[in-house]
Amino acid sequence: MPPALCGICKTQRALIKRPKNHQKLCKGCFIQIFEDEVHHTITSSQLFFRGEKVAIGASGGKDSTVLASVLKTLNERHDYGVDLVLLSIDEGIKGYRDDSLETVKRNAVQYDMPLKIVGYDQLYGWTMDQVVETIGKKGNCTYCGVFRRQALDRGAKMLGIKHVVTGHNADDVAETILMNLLRGDLPRLSRSTSIVTGSSSSEVKRSKPLKYAYEKEIVLYAHHKKLDYFSTECIYSPEAFRGSARSLIKNLERVRPSAILDVVRSGEDMARLVPGAIPDTCACNGKASFLRPTDEDNGIGGCGSTNGRTGGGEMAAMEKQLKANEAAEAAGLETEVAIIRPDYSHSRGLKSSKEEPPKSAGGVVSIATKQKLGTCEKCGYMSSQRLCQACMLLDSLNKNRPEIMI
Amino acid sequence: MTEVMATTTETTVTDNTSKNDDTPTLSVIVEFTGGLEMLFSDQRRHVLSIPTTDKSGKPVTVAYLIEYLCENTMRDTRKELFILDDHLRPGILVLINDADWELEGEETYEIQNGDNILFVSTLHGG
Ligand SMILES: [Zn+2]
Ligand SMILES: [Zn+2]
Repeated sequence: MPPALCGICKTQRALIKRPKNHQKLCKGCFIQIFEDEVHHTITSSQLFFRGEKVAIGASGGKDSTVLASVLKTLNERHDYGVDLVLLSIDEGIKGYRDDSLETVKRNAVQYDMPLKIVGYDQLYGWTMDQVVETIGKKGNCTYCGVFRRQALDRGAKMLGIKHVVTGHNADDVAETILMNLLRGDLPRLSRSTSIVTGSSSSEVKRSKPLKYAYEKEIVLYAHHKKLDYFSTECIYSPEAFRGSARSLIKNLERVRPSAILDVVRSGEDMARLVPGAIPDTCACNGKASFLRPTDEDNGIGGCGSTNGRTGGGEMAAMEKQLKANEAAEAAGLETEVAIIRPDYSHSRGLKSSKEEPPKSAGGVVSIATKQKLGTCEKCGYMSSQRLCQACMLLDSLNKNRPEIMI
Repeated sequence: MTEVMATTTETTVTDNTSKNDDTPTLSVIVEFTGGLEMLFSDQRRHVLSIPTTDKSGKPVTVAYLIEYLCENTMRDTRKELFILDDHLRPGILVLINDADWELEGEETYEIQNGDNILFVSTLHGG
């Protein structure tokens, strides 16, 4: 068949078929429109301000590499006046990070950005290898994910940076929405759809400028711009391929490519119906919520270089959890959906979590959405519980630690 | 776990599996990236000679190539990471001479001599 021509310039040969609208584009027009759309996302949600220092959570993987490249391009093209820094986490998995950190180091040179690498050992006294030695391979992705979230925040704090951007793409967001829907976790659903997370009280805010970008287009962008990225599977995540919500998303995309953005948009619409989020422990019993296999609230859920996506087996785990929580959900959630707070869509993302009981007389009607987010007794990190997740995990780890001192 | 990282190597594997010298063959360059190289001996680039026609005498297509790769090139036993339900696993992109295979008829595309066919996994890495 004769080669199709680009739908925009009508002169070059089309090389890309866009999943969201089937538009056929040449390489140049595709790169341009991809960048324009990210720019639109950034400006329409007022993600940055001039002079802001922004850390890019960089794993050397495709998403964060594309994010770094695009942000550099846009920052120069549109004069955002943003100060960009690459921030990488070294989980301490022997051999695993070496190559990806080398990639990030090259990226730092290629994009002329400073690079900060923070290790789990510095932050927690434990490398992931030591964690696995102690608890085995099962469940270690939970540790990895929880540690990782704080690692980025603390790394940013060390650098005096209040904003971390991550490479979460539309597929990631759609996956999280599906998972939260299936779990019946509406508050988390609401948070996972917003482009900015982290409450006004938290010191570091996180955002996802690639939220509307298809993973497919991110890969194609990296390919056609010949970006230097690294791909690897976390060696401690052998099940990463099987039965994951990710496969579900990919199968949906195969049947109807627009499905991914449709899920994202529907998630946003549903989120608008969810009143102020409730803390982790509320909709279900605390134990179940604590060991959630995926926690998009973490911003950086999951494990290894997989960017906030769920690992395998979590569908099964979820089913189990769902059964356990059935009663709680039936009782709790219906009433929540019924309350509609008109201003919620505007404040969504900046405020967070817990509803305080409305004050009885003359009280402010704004049912406080500012969560009574305490801080962790141990480390001072924001937490709705006495100890933050990382410290709870560390607690149990340290009890099991053989002879070694931290 | 044997699941080690997929190191990108620029070496090329030339694989001459043409079983019968009488059979006319096509030369194709097949590349794997995005983590797929780990299923193919950690080699990104493979230069292959494949038959010009399939068993029924029809010109070979990408569908044929995918099956061929699974049977002849892939050493890894986890075929399901490449093929699911007789089709390429969702989440793997195919570029035929740099063009999305969706523009070229996907599995039905008839392979031409000298084609470059790239398989990219989107499933790995963030
Ligand atoms: Zn064009
Ligand atoms: Zn803590």
